[in-house]
Amino acid sequence: MELLLASALGLLTTAGLYLILRKRTFPVIVGLTLISYAVNVFIFISGRLVSGLPPIYNPAAAGYADPLPQALVLTAIVISFGMTAVIVMMALGAFIESGDDKVDMNDKDEAGTTK
Amino acid sequence: MSLALIAALPFLGALLPGLMIRAGKNACAAVTGSVTALALLLLGLNAPAVLRGEVVQTRIEWIPSLGLNANFFLDGLGLLFAGLILGIGLLIILYARFYLSKSDPMGQFYTYLMLFQGAMVGIVLSDNILLLLIFWELTSLSSFLLIGYWKHLPEGRQGARMALTVTGAGGLAMIAGMMILGNIVGSYDLSVILQNKELIQASDWYLPALILILLGCFTKSAQFPFHFWLPHAMAAPTPVSAYLHSATMVKAGLFLMARMWPVLAGTPEWFYIVATAGLVTMVMAAKIALFKDDLKALLAFSTVSHLGLITMLLGFGTVEAATVAVFHIINHATFKAALFMSAGIVDHEAHTRDLKRLGGLRTLMPITFTIATVAALSMAGIPPLNGFLSKELMLEEAYHTAWGPNPWVMGLLATIGALFSVAYSFRFIAHTFLGPVRDDYPHKPHDPGFGMWAAPAFLAVLVIVIGLMPMTASAWLVNAAASAVTGEVVTAKITHWHGLYAPALWMSVAAVGGGLMLLGGHKRLMALWNATPRPEAKAIFDAIVEPFAALSRRVTDAMHDGAMTRYVAIATLAIVAAAYYGFRTGTHAAGTRELMPVSIVPAMGWLAMVVATVAIMVFHRNRLFTLVLVGILGLMIAGTFAYFSAPDLALTQISVEVAAVMLMLLALNFLPKQTPVESSAPRRAWDLAVAGIAGIGVAALSYALMTRNFAYDSIAAYHIANAKPGGGGTNIVNVILVDFRGYDTFGEIIVLGIAALVIYALTEALLRGGPANDRLLAWKPDQKRAGDRHPMMLVVATRLILPVALMVGVFIFLRGHNLPGGGFIAGLVVSIALIMQYMASGFAWTQRRQRFDYHAIIAAGVLIAAATGIGSWLAGVPFMTTNFAYITLWPLETFEVATAAIFDLGVFLTVLGAVMLTLASLSRIAIRTGETVNTQPFDIDPSEGRTLDDLDAKGAR
Repeated sequence: MELLLASALGLLTTAGLYLILRKRTFPVIVGLTLISYAVNVFIFISGRLVSGLPPIYNPAAAGYADPLPQALVLTAIVISFGMTAVIVMMALGAFIESGDDKVDMNDKDEAGTTK
Repeated sequence: MSLALIAALPFLGALLPGLMIRAGKNACAAVTGSVTALALLLLGLNAPAVLRGEVVQTRIEWIPSLGLNANFFLDGLGLLFAGLILGIGLLIILYARFYLSKSDPMGQFYTYLMLFQGAMVGIVLSDNILLLLIFWELTSLSSFLLIGYWKHLPEGRQGARMALTVTGAGGLAMIAGMMILGNIVGSYDLSVILQNKELIQASDWYLPALILILLGCFTKSAQFPFHFWLPHAMAAPTPVSAYLHSATMVKAGLFLMARMWPVLAGTPEWFYIVATAGLVTMVMAAKIALFKDDLKALLAFSTVSHLGLITMLLGFGTVEAATVAVFHIINHATFKAALFMSAGIVDHEAHTRDLKRLGGLRTLMPITFTIATVAALSMAGIPPLNGFLSKELMLEEAYHTAWGPNPWVMGLLATIGALFSVAYSFRFIAHTFLGPVRDDYPHKPHDPGFGMWAAPAFLAVLVIVIGLMPMTASAWLVNAAASAVTGEVVTAKITHWHGLYAPALWMSVAAVGGGLMLLGGHKRLMALWNATPRPEAKAIFDAIVEPFAALSRRVTDAMHDGAMTRYVAIATLAIVAAAYYGFRTGTHAAGTRELMPVSIVPAMGWLAMVVATVAIMVFHRNRLFTLVLVGILGLMIAGTFAYFSAPDLALTQISVEVAAVMLMLLALNFLPKQTPVESSAPRRAWDLAVAGIAGIGVAALSYALMTRNFAYDSIAAYHIANAKPGGGGTNIVNVILVDFRGYDTFGEIIVLGIAALVIYALTEALLRGGPANDRLLAWKPDQKRAGDRHPMMLVVATRLILPVALMVGVFIFLRGHNLPGGGFIAGLVVSIALIMQYMASGFAWTQRRQRFDYHAIIAAGVLIAAATGIGSWLAGVPFMTTNFAYITLWPLETFEVATAAIFDLGVFLTVLGAVMLTLASLSRIAIRTGETVNTQPFDIDPSEGRTLDDLDAKGAR
């Protein structure tokens, strides 16, 4: 099971990075979403894999899943939604403002910013 | 406490001007001034004890493990400087109120000024050298802001940059010096360091420490060869020059030399470095001052010269000389601040401060003339003013000091310095105020209102009072400060007449006579001066700095060429390389943790995930399809959480997924639906390789992590054990969120709220008139619209779902403390229920039925969460300590009431408001593109006879 999960995370990261390396905003957003998945799950597994044990207090429970990474990841999921939303909006704004959705600056833009 | 409060007050006060400026300039200045006055008052309350010879202390442990403590102490020297900083600060605030013009942002000015004031007070009160260094750097930064206050002037910006570079570099040197000093003594507390003279001076590290510390002092106090930044800093508004460059910042270097005097002074190294630098600075700057036509430049170089004088006196290393230095610090602050302010008045009224264009102002500006003359005569050292007293004492000290084997060169050069000083002081008076009235002033000058000349007039009165009655007016302060500097009990004797045979008398006479002669021949000397080539400090400075700037520009340009793809690739490879290095060189146990057996359902989930991920990479150009695949992935992730015992996460993930996909769909409505092919095949292969390496790394790391047990005991056990007894809930994840780590959650909902507000602001910016707005107005949808945009089936279904969904939300919220659920998930569920209404009946129709502003919901959420936290204070426990009780209400079962639930309500509201505001912002863009606004819940209503054909007739399709 560990191997399955590890390979899935690796694949998610690969796909996410590959999409982030594209030159248009939309793939970058999707890539970021994939990487968020991978990161969230990675933080989650730092509590090690546990199946069938509750993170709920119960004197009769045989054991517990590690609740700490779960709490961290819960807020991380919500925050990454907020971050995705901001980036989507920035991409949309850039597209409407400039008429194209390229990520990289072209030479003309660059000349205007560094000189 | 009181000392820490004195240092903290200006910083707290820095917050006020920005707010108070809305109430008008007078209110703003009054509030700023009253903060300073309060600090001055607190200082005054401590003064009697200090004058009795006590040392007032406040000790606050900050980071004791680093030796960094917020310790403050107040002795005579601190009292003198803090008094100068706050007292003159008060006058400057008054003066600036009338000096700044309407177009200058006054709130900003006062904020910078207060920051600076706080940093200065911090320096002089610090009893810990690390703390002192922090304040020291703060003065560099805040003075940068003040010097560059007129951002539109290139001189202001360049001057500010130069000042920051020079004083900042000196500050860095000083940090090193102070560290060495702290190491020698074994403590960073000044009061300890000052007790260890022998230890420090016997150390091999004495000389390096001395040189490094002096570098800091010399740069700050504009001593040769670092004097050049000060005249360039004169591009600042005059109140800044008067404050920073006469009374306070440039004296920080002197302060530190005086502070360190007991342990650093008295060695030949100290004498030759400090006294020589001071002497050279004094003579050279005084000479340059004589040839400056700009009033402020003249005063700037004169300041450099006087700073040199004081440095020289400190360099002599004798108790008498140090006493004179302290006395001259007081005198210089009074007359020089008055002179700067007078120069500012002249500039303000005549619209020029060029001596060649001035003259004859005596009759036009009699008040300013009187003030400036008193101050300038004092600067020249004319009896009976205070400048005369300290200059006489200085000459006396110089006369008795031998430089190496040479007994007279010190006295001679000091006299020459004084001679130049007389010359430029008289020139200041003569060329500004005396002579015939001209008719070509840029602006008809006259005296300003009382508010503007009150401050310099007060200082001029001080000049006279100290001059006439030095023993009554100033000796007590000089004694207290000089005793603190030297560590011996000093009783200064300040008199006007030292007898006919005192060498200082004749040196003075020579200086005044020579000075007048120089002024007489000024025109010819000026021609000679202009004809002689001399090094231009700014050009040299630029020549030194430019290569560094060019180098960093080249590096930056090479790394940041505007291509984000490149940054990401560089960053990825760097991170992988660093991680690999860390893994190879670090130690780690073998993976002995037992593997979990694979079962069929997770294996299918894995397969779905792999297929979807690969499909995304292959088909990512089809954006709509990509979103569908992302939905699959989200679902699988939620399943992963569910399978591995994280029900809360699964619920959150699945509800976030819905909102996120909806959001991206809305955005995709405006974006192109296809991604064009732009990268070549090799480029794609390269990208895949980079991504693949990182992916392999992540997979390997994850596997390694999962197959190993915890290296240390997990803190989870604590949370599990205390969730019920301490937090009152059985859902440990939720208890961690709202109780154990409630502070983190509080921060996170604030971040979420800010993200939503950012999105709102971005939308506002797009919808404001401009190219984006024009493009939206002329928007042509690139896809066919649906025939029936608000289908009745959907509308009816969502209406039926709404109350159920709301109830589910309430249920999830309420049970969250004990079972999977809670504010985050409930907020998302309710948001989705509401979004469904928007989707079904259109934005405008739904919006009209929405009674609460989303901003208000976010704000309410954050405020409720904050109020819950603050509520704990009322119970006398720390911020965000939760409390709970069990209540039995017949006929219900016993249930629990926890303050954490109120906190969770705040979380719920913030999440709800943030999600809704985000989607509402996107909808507003859609409406701007001319999307039709429906007035009915659905377009086709057979009961009212509305059909599809009616829609066509209205042209709504």
